[in-house]
Amino acid sequence: MSAQLRSAAAVVGLSIQEGIRRRVFLAVLLLTAGFLALFGLGSHFAFRDVEGFAAGEPAILDAHAFTGAVIFGLAMFATLFLGAVLAVFLTLGVVRGDAESGLLQPIVVRPIGRTTMLVARFAGAALLSASYVLIVYFAACAITEATGDWSPDHLLSPALGLALAVAIIAALSLLASTLLSVTAQGIVVFMVFGAGLTAGLLAQIGQAINSDSLHTIGRVATWALPFEGLYTASLHALISGTSGLTGVVLQLGPFGASEAAGPGLIAWAFAYLLGVVGLAAFAFSRRDL
Amino acid sequence: MAEPVLAVRDLHKRYGSQEALGGVDLEVGAGQLVGLLGPNGAGKSTLTKIACGLVRPSGGAVEVLGKPAGSPQARAALGYLAELFRFPGWCTAEELLRFHQRLAGSAGGGVERRELLELVGLGEAADKRIEAMSKGMQQRLGVAQALVGSPRLLLLDEPTSALDPVGRRIVRELLEELRRRGGAVLLNSHLLSEVELVCDHVAIIAGGRLVKAGTPEGLAGPAAVEVETESGVRTFEGATREDAPRIVADLVAAGESVYRVEVRHSSLEDVYLDAVGGETG
Repeated sequence: MSAQLRSAAAVVGLSIQEGIRRRVFLAVLLLTAGFLALFGLGSHFAFRDVEGFAAGEPAILDAHAFTGAVIFGLAMFATLFLGAVLAVFLTLGVVRGDAESGLLQPIVVRPIGRTTMLVARFAGAALLSASYVLIVYFAACAITEATGDWSPDHLLSPALGLALAVAIIAALSLLASTLLSVTAQGIVVFMVFGAGLTAGLLAQIGQAINSDSLHTIGRVATWALPFEGLYTASLHALISGTSGLTGVVLQLGPFGASEAAGPGLIAWAFAYLLGVVGLAAFAFSRRDL
Repeated sequence: MAEPVLAVRDLHKRYGSQEALGGVDLEVGAGQLVGLLGPNGAGKSTLTKIACGLVRPSGGAVEVLGKPAGSPQARAALGYLAELFRFPGWCTAEELLRFHQRLAGSAGGGVERRELLELVGLGEAADKRIEAMSKGMQQRLGVAQALVGSPRLLLLDEPTSALDPVGRRIVRELLEELRRRGGAVLLNSHLLSEVELVCDHVAIIAGGRLVKAGTPEGLAGPAAVEVETESGVRTFEGATREDAPRIVADLVAAGESVYRVEVRHSSLEDVYLDAVGGETG
């Protein structure tokens, strides 16, 4: 193993060790278990009640598919939100915060160097957040399958879309940590996250009411903040095989979408991710500590 | 002449319109312990940070073993303890040193960790969490951390500021041991007596400029020989220890009775105050 890789592994290992020792992972595990239990309960009652509600009526809307998609779309939103929280907290104060407290200096004077240290912290945060998102996603999937015998039209692509989205949020948070204090970093990243989701909703409304302006806002937001585009595309992939009125209604949102992820968006998301991490590394390399 | 371990040449640093360093030259050779003195804000910490690559210079050059400061080769050759530092509180002393061994590429393993902890008087605290340690213990652990991987150059910024007299003595003995082993040390300190005791070279910085440099003995040169006779106390300004027998012989030959002879030195404190002009940060 090269010296740089060994050092990077040491930095990631220390972060994981801290997460275990400070019981961060235990708290996340317990709260996630709580969320999944509540989701399971909600899913069970939603499927049970909608079957009774729709019984005997002419089938204009596939109530079962509608319920499954809406309830799972809600789980998707919660998964993205929880993954974003994890990504932000795992990268909180990585540069400026740790430099101000004196934690960073003893590490970066070692041969590891700034860029490797930063990339290691990003890789650790992105891997943990993405793994977390994948686990919660598949757990929610198993719950809707068990409680309502419903599963998404595409299983893997939405999961990967969400994982890439939280990796992008981790990268944005990392960049913010090179420029801002801890509090400002947290506030700014969550505001950007909220702005992205709001722009996505505006685009959906624009689609529904046939407003080109609103739709354009959504498209621009998708490219400016590709985590939103990936999330929207993941929602679309859940229901892309659902046809008829059910499919149309679901695509109106809020937990469905009409925009699929093309190869352009995926390529852009990866380029964006590399660009943001590169920018963070550049800003860090210029910073006096 | 052997290549200096640390070479600082015409070093400049500006923070916006403020000049922190205005052309400093300094060298630290192998086996040399150099004390860097100066008031708060004089530029001592800035110089140290530039030497270990934490701060970029605005002009001039700093080299560690001939490699530019901040380069991987230069960083691999040094150990550093910042004036204001913090280690992860949840870590034990042993875990922190193991982490730094991995970063420094040290193959010392458990033997090195135990030796370093013993060296700074923390042999019994290897499994103690850092957050449960006193400030003094953390500072000694910081010194041990800086020594991981047996660096050729040690940069210590106020390493004894939070230590009690026993802790200071431990660090002082440690520095002397390092010098015996041929290590080079740059020590920033406000404690003049400490610098006078351990350093073989002193550099005084004020307002970002080197205002005085030399050995502690050379700087704190003899000031006078004071002789008490029956007619009172007489002071021979500028006289040295070597002049004392002649002065006494002359006085006795002149029929005076000598009761006491004292060679007076100007202290490092006098030299420092004279050099910085009473400046304080």
